[in-house]
Amino acid sequence: MVDPVLRIHGLCKSFGNLIATDDLHLDIAQGEIHAIIGPNGAGKTTLIAQLSGALRPDKGQVSFAGRDITHLSAPDRSALGLARSFQITSIFPDFTALDNVALAVQAHAGHSFRFWRPAHEDPALRQPAQQILERIGLGARADEPAANLSHGEQRQLEIAMALATGPSLLLLDEPMAGMGRDESVQMVALLQSLKGRLTIVLIEHDMDAVFALADRITVLVYGRAIATGRPEEIRANKAVRAAYLGTEAADA
Amino acid sequence: MDPLLLLEQSFNGLQFGVMLFLIAAGLTLVFGVMDLVNLAHGSLVMIGAYLATTLVAWTDSFLLGMILALPATFVVGALVEVVALRTLYRRDHLDQVLATFGLILFFNEVVRIVWGPISLYSGLPDYLSGHVEIIPGAPYPVFRLLIIAVGLAVAGIIYLIVAHTRLGMLIRAGASNNEMVGALGVNIKSLFTLVFALGAVFAGLAGMMLGPLTSVESGMGEPLLILAFVVIIIGGIGSIRGAFIAAIVIGMVDTVGRIFLPVLLRAVVSDAAADTAGPALASMLIYILMAAILVVRPRGLFPARTG
Amino acid sequence: MNNRQIWLTLITLALFAVVPPLAAIFDQPFYVDMLARVLILALAAVSLDFILGYGGMVSFGHAAYMGIGAYTVGIFSFYGIDNGFIQFPLAMAASALVGLIFGAMSLRTSGVYFIMITLAFAQMLYFLGISLEEFGGDDGMTAARSEFAGLVDLNDSSQFYYLVLACLALVLFILHRLVRSRFGMVIRASRTNEKRMQAMGFHTYRYKLAGFTIAASICGLSGALFANLNEFVSPDIMHWTRSGEIMIMVIMGGMGTLIGPVLGAAGFLLLEEYLPQWMEIFMTNAGEHWAIIMGPILIAIVLFGRGGIHALFARKWFPRRSGARNGGGKGHG
Repeated sequence: MVDPVLRIHGLCKSFGNLIATDDLHLDIAQGEIHAIIGPNGAGKTTLIAQLSGALRPDKGQVSFAGRDITHLSAPDRSALGLARSFQITSIFPDFTALDNVALAVQAHAGHSFRFWRPAHEDPALRQPAQQILERIGLGARADEPAANLSHGEQRQLEIAMALATGPSLLLLDEPMAGMGRDESVQMVALLQSLKGRLTIVLIEHDMDAVFALADRITVLVYGRAIATGRPEEIRANKAVRAAYLGTEAADA
Repeated sequence: MDPLLLLEQSFNGLQFGVMLFLIAAGLTLVFGVMDLVNLAHGSLVMIGAYLATTLVAWTDSFLLGMILALPATFVVGALVEVVALRTLYRRDHLDQVLATFGLILFFNEVVRIVWGPISLYSGLPDYLSGHVEIIPGAPYPVFRLLIIAVGLAVAGIIYLIVAHTRLGMLIRAGASNNEMVGALGVNIKSLFTLVFALGAVFAGLAGMMLGPLTSVESGMGEPLLILAFVVIIIGGIGSIRGAFIAAIVIGMVDTVGRIFLPVLLRAVVSDAAADTAGPALASMLIYILMAAILVVRPRGLFPARTG
Repeated sequence: MNNRQIWLTLITLALFAVVPPLAAIFDQPFYVDMLARVLILALAAVSLDFILGYGGMVSFGHAAYMGIGAYTVGIFSFYGIDNGFIQFPLAMAASALVGLIFGAMSLRTSGVYFIMITLAFAQMLYFLGISLEEFGGDDGMTAARSEFAGLVDLNDSSQFYYLVLACLALVLFILHRLVRSRFGMVIRASRTNEKRMQAMGFHTYRYKLAGFTIAASICGLSGALFANLNEFVSPDIMHWTRSGEIMIMVIMGGMGTLIGPVLGAAGFLLLEEYLPQWMEIFMTNAGEHWAIIMGPILIAIVLFGRGGIHALFARKWFPRRSGARNGGGKGHG
């Protein structure tokens, strides 16, 4: 493999007696969609939080594009081109869809110690935001308060906001959570369109989506990576079937 | 520096410290378990002091009056919880702050109506108003020693309750994770009332013992409440151990600092400058300490809440 | 802020503007001073609302910055410098500096820690004021009215009133711009979801600290005016109950709106003024116990009065959209 864009080395995180990340080693290659799956409580969201800088690991190292980012804050990581979406929809409900995306554009358009000019009338923020909304299929809903959008649209907006920060690595925490069939298909298409241009770390419970999108898959159980490989390898892996796919199939 | 004065002031500091602990203990438990910011906790100190003063006068016995005041404060605490505070648990902290601010106005006025606008002075019985020599040549008031003893004893009792009883287990579970208590199938409502009323008793006890030292008056609890906040900030929300250590530290630093900081300053700067800056600095000392601790540990010395 | 809010703001300011001539016609000069007091505290409440309502920072020590502003005027006056052109900018600068220091430490924490720490810092300044024997300690000191040579004469109560009103109008206009600027968007969004803001790349701490400092500075202006109104400065101005009262004005008027805190200040102070008189009607000498009614009123406002006076007006006069907002924190009922 060429030099990985994201390298996770010996990462550990526990809360009291609960081990969320257990000596995790993982390399993410440039341009791949790398899915991380695992049963509930496997530590997937905790991992995203540590990669994005929202949570400090107890031990271990995270490097991004050859640079050690273990001790960088979330905003500093964002400045390097790392973006995340949230499992629980984290949009700004009072603001319109366009405002939401414009805010994300603003985050990377220099400092925000600008006190006088209304942000609403600033084409430098509005135009790129509108373009991203169009691209993601929300162009017609730009002026709708985000609270009024449907659940699926809010999930799309969530992705739009992550994209608006111009990332090279996208950390997606269950983008399809709570979506209906049609909405999921749309989201898969959207992520497919990003493939190659961005590196994506994808956490998802929707196995159809995972196997349709992922170049490689890592299976996380109790904070440990029990297997990493191409989708067909994971499908064939006995340990994975026992630990994870079996129970998931039983649930479904 | 006079070693006898230092000894006496250390005892005063310890006495102030245990008093602060009694107030902070209830506050930190209520916050830890119910996630409630209760500004009216200071009112419970005041109510305890008034009840004790009245009961001592009625029974004509200092001890009996004090002892009867404890269950009386418990009842008041339980009533306040059931009538007023219960509705606030689900509200955000801003709402809690404002509503309990309203409660303070209410209680202060109730006290003025019931007991009159003039401060009360509750005397001490003869057997408590004397002095004993802690070491030869260093007399110290018996009553202040009693406060230290009672305070430490109550601290011990609180520790035993929290560390070794089922109630304590629930309190600890609640402080680190609110939902867990519900999952244990406990009647949350009565647990909350019990915890609050216990906190009220500790605060009331502080007020009772404070009565003979100062005057009993409307609003007497609030300055103490803010100091109890400082104690909790330093100790870590929800932590009894943190509250105890922080309370003793604050009591010592404040008492000893007020006496010795001007003296120390005089050794460094001119007398005139020391006389001006000394009291000013001493009055700010505990807050500076708080700020310094915050810089190092933003969640206090012993944060109970992990998540 | 939408057009309706702008109209409500302009109407309110216009009503305040006609008070001095009306008071002169009806020969009731008392009202000019009383409403000057309302406007000054409104200024403090507006500054608190900027960080509380827009920024979600529950600062329980806002009276401290009034105190810094007032003491700056008082201390200059003590040393014989009555020039307002010197006093006022320095009062604002001093408050900003203290706000910067306190904010830098308080904003490292959040939630209930933040509430308690801001309260504790304000209490520290209160005790500092008491320990400053040179400036009157507990009893405070008198302060001559500031001199703005060639601009206004503050000894004339209606000129003083208009200066206060002008300050308030100017601050409202500045904040109106500020909350819609890039900076304002960051402040407002940080209130809703700070984690998201950080993930998007905003160093929210810096912006919140800047907002905190701006609010402290405006509050310092209010304190400087307050010292002039009373011609007196004492630690009492920093008493923790005043911080509570300023916060109540914000909630009473309507959090997260610009004119709300002004309405709230008027509502609160008029209640404080007239509640005792109303109580006297029912029972002799009941007025001195007005707090026994005021306390429950506050609790009722908190429990049932979301949106405050502003929402009341907005619903009645501009029925299409009320001032109700999405509450943060633990979720309102």
